[in-house]
Amino acid sequence: MRFFSTSFFRGLIAQAAGTVLGMGLVMALRVIFGLPLSSPVEADDAHIREVIVVGGVIVGAITFMIGAGVFTDWFKWARGEETSDDHTPDPSKPNWMRYFSVDFDHKVIGVQYGVTSLLLLLFGGIFAMLFRIELSGSGITFLNSEIFKVLLGYDGPHLYNTLMSLHGIVMIAGILLGVGAMSNYLVPMLIGANDMAFPRLNAFAFWINVPGAAILLSSLFFGGFDTGWVGYPPLSLRAPLGMQMFLIGVYLVGLSSIAGSINVIVTTLTMRAKGMSMFKMPIFCWAALATALLQFTATQLIGLSFQLVMLERLLGMTFFDSLKGGDPVLYQHLFWFYSHPAVYVFILPGLGVISELLPVFSRKPLYGTRWVALSSFGIAVVSFFVWAHHMFVSGMSPFLRIPFMYSTLLVAVPTGVKFFSWAATLWQGKIIFKTPMLFALGAVVIFLLGGVTGPPLATIATDLHLHDTWFVVGHFHDTMFGGFIFPFVAAIFYWFPKMTGRMYNEKQGKIQFWLMFIGFMLMSNLQLVLGLLGMRRRVVDFDAALGFDSMQLALTIGGFMVFFGMLLFAYNIIRSWTKGEVAEGNVWDSRSPEWQKPNPMPLHNYEHPFEVVGEPYDYGLPNSRYVNMNPAGESPAAH
Amino acid sequence: MIHLLIVGVLVVVATLGLGLLLTQTGILPAQASQQAITIDWLFDIHFWFIAFFVALICVIIVYSLIVFRRKQGEKGDGVYMHGNQRLEIIWTIVPIGIVLWMAVIGGQTLSDVERRDPQAITVDVFASQWSWRFQYEVTTAEGVQTAVASDVLVLPRNQQALLRLHSQDVIHSFYVPEFRVKQDILPGGEKYVRELRITPNTNGTYTVQCAEICGQGHYSMLAEVQVVDGAEFTSWLTEQAADCNLSDAECGLRWAETFGCLGCHSLDGTAKIGPTWLGLFGHAVELTDGSTVTADHNYLLTSIVDPNAQIVAGYQPNVMPQNFDELLSEEQINQIVAFIESLGN
Repeated sequence: MRFFSTSFFRGLIAQAAGTVLGMGLVMALRVIFGLPLSSPVEADDAHIREVIVVGGVIVGAITFMIGAGVFTDWFKWARGEETSDDHTPDPSKPNWMRYFSVDFDHKVIGVQYGVTSLLLLLFGGIFAMLFRIELSGSGITFLNSEIFKVLLGYDGPHLYNTLMSLHGIVMIAGILLGVGAMSNYLVPMLIGANDMAFPRLNAFAFWINVPGAAILLSSLFFGGFDTGWVGYPPLSLRAPLGMQMFLIGVYLVGLSSIAGSINVIVTTLTMRAKGMSMFKMPIFCWAALATALLQFTATQLIGLSFQLVMLERLLGMTFFDSLKGGDPVLYQHLFWFYSHPAVYVFILPGLGVISELLPVFSRKPLYGTRWVALSSFGIAVVSFFVWAHHMFVSGMSPFLRIPFMYSTLLVAVPTGVKFFSWAATLWQGKIIFKTPMLFALGAVVIFLLGGVTGPPLATIATDLHLHDTWFVVGHFHDTMFGGFIFPFVAAIFYWFPKMTGRMYNEKQGKIQFWLMFIGFMLMSNLQLVLGLLGMRRRVVDFDAALGFDSMQLALTIGGFMVFFGMLLFAYNIIRSWTKGEVAEGNVWDSRSPEWQKPNPMPLHNYEHPFEVVGEPYDYGLPNSRYVNMNPAGESPAAH
Repeated sequence: MIHLLIVGVLVVVATLGLGLLLTQTGILPAQASQQAITIDWLFDIHFWFIAFFVALICVIIVYSLIVFRRKQGEKGDGVYMHGNQRLEIIWTIVPIGIVLWMAVIGGQTLSDVERRDPQAITVDVFASQWSWRFQYEVTTAEGVQTAVASDVLVLPRNQQALLRLHSQDVIHSFYVPEFRVKQDILPGGEKYVRELRITPNTNGTYTVQCAEICGQGHYSMLAEVQVVDGAEFTSWLTEQAADCNLSDAECGLRWAETFGCLGCHSLDGTAKIGPTWLGLFGHAVELTDGSTVTADHNYLLTSIVDPNAQIVAGYQPNVMPQNFDELLSEEQINQIVAFIESLGN
């Protein structure tokens, strides 16, 4: 069984062993310092268990990385040994093994990110479907089933809270990995580089997500947690042990963001092909660069805030518990200083994909390319000054709310530029309705809903009503589906031939689109209406007298349509990967350099560097091209 | 040019349709406060902007998809137009103007909503996992200052109420949809007390909801709000201020309601977040450590003032507030015990 020799499997074994080792280490330290290993008082006993388990889990994450072999080259360097820079895969091993092993090729890492992302999205979706079944009517029924008590040791409202919290954070982890997938796979290919600037760091950034995701999901079996994905103290200080798994898991995924973003920034700034000035760089790379700058500068704050909660729980240091002299609002500032820009991390690459696809399928230049490129940066810059709009009712200084209202409303300006440019791009085009285009168009419409539902949340007076209601849930799902899910699906379909050399199934793709688009519209509009009617979020049950039952049932149906759409997507790509029609050449008649190469993309992308000789999106301009693939001279056959 | 004209007409029609749909179909709850009137005025402005922008972008897109689609067998590219600097500047500057204007009126409505009335009556709101308690200061007929506690929030109509919000454990949030306003409630004593001003303007019964997730009982953290005429409010308050002159057990029931005991302990035998009180007194109780005790007077007393001392099997520690000996007088605690004893058989 070759699977047992993959990095993935060895890493997991090392993680399990490391976790046990780490727990033993903490216990040994406790014995050395004369601390008890158990206590007759239940609360103290739980605390001792928590210290031991957390110690083990952290050591386990490190041993995963060692066991998987991520550090191997760095260890060799530390010992003064040489390593090879040639990453050509071992021909004696089957190709699939590369995807389960530490590999330095950006395309392999991109696919690793993508598949892990889809798996996490699947988990997040399953959690959502479980609580959607519960919410399809008033009264607590489904989540009180005996099976949950047997499997997890808890049920009912606490199970709802855990599923709802995990849905949020697992989806966010999945989205971050999806962003990593797009940046890693596309950026080097689009700018004419053969790999990322730091391939080993790139592998590290991917693999740290695996123990991170495993720990995050394990929280379900450690008592869960009931704080929502925001983890506000003091509630998060009182939640069960599962809370720590949430904190550690997100911490590791955050490390991945920081390490990954360094690579994207350096690669886009220093490794562009000859002639590719910043403004001739494809629009997706602009979006990826803006995203990476956000990840590189903001992620530390969520790491910090989570670390402080961990220390407060483990060591009794008082940062946020106001009953002991801490400040609970401080946490919210630290948390949202990352988590607001994070939202733009989720959507900017998706918006980049939309801008990338619309010109190809409208056969027209992207309208106002420079403005679209700069609007990504506009959004990125403004996003650092808006975090407190999540805190209009939090009890922070009332006067500070006003400047945050102004800055938040300003986000509408660069976002508006994107919408106007997209609409103008379609105008008088020759629009082709292929599946990737359908998803890009769906994304524009859904993201538009997310955009226009923003201002009522930005003006404080209306937010007093809408804050913490389903309206926020609807607004957020609009931005996530329009800014990430639909563009991500579009990107996978669009570059599927590049990845696999085969075509996806067009008919299934279109069925998936309509299933998801109609289902999502039903779901998110009902979320918005329920919020306007005053239904608060994060509740397992609601009063039947409110008359929300039928709307909630319809919402559940919409949710399941989206879920089944994604299952069909999984079936489509898994099947087409080996059985799809062979796709040769420039499938979409694109000007972009990667489509001038064979499918799937050759191992080292471009043996001969190309030269940029025109604008990227000048569709409709006769006798123009974006790249000259053979700048050393026209091919000999032409003479 | 004809394309632009058609699109222009369609945008106007779609804006009107959508705008009327959003503003006229009652997608906001009933208005029951002065603040709600101001806030709904701002909502209507938002709704019209939403209608316009959705109509503008969607009409252009849908029109393009129909008219500018590639017909069967057609080849070639679309019209080559790569941008227009003047147009880009317009659609940057105009939105900046709109959002700045929005921010200005946003600030004005906020100052209207939070305007202070020096005549406001003060109510102290105590939130804890998972119940509400409302406390009023009253001067009795004998001229004695006393505090009145209630599990129902009673407010006089057309008078501003200043709610001082206290939390005893985690963050909660005070929200009545018909009043349109909410405010998070922070634990930590006087320094963290936050205020909320509401001027109810319609008599009726509403529900206070906790809007910030606060643990497993979050969904059921509700309390009743009654808006009544001023005179009725005064007589209600006077009645509450009178000493409890009922039997011990009946007074105990009153305190159990007021202090939120019944949020977690049922009186009908169903297990909620805590054990039921029905048939508890005098019966054997199994604890988490496996031992069994009899629920006598002392057991009940200990369970109220030191809830973590003996945890009943199947229930969680650290769930019940541990400060009831500070919140309640000794007499009140004894009356609650008397009430539980009365449910013994």
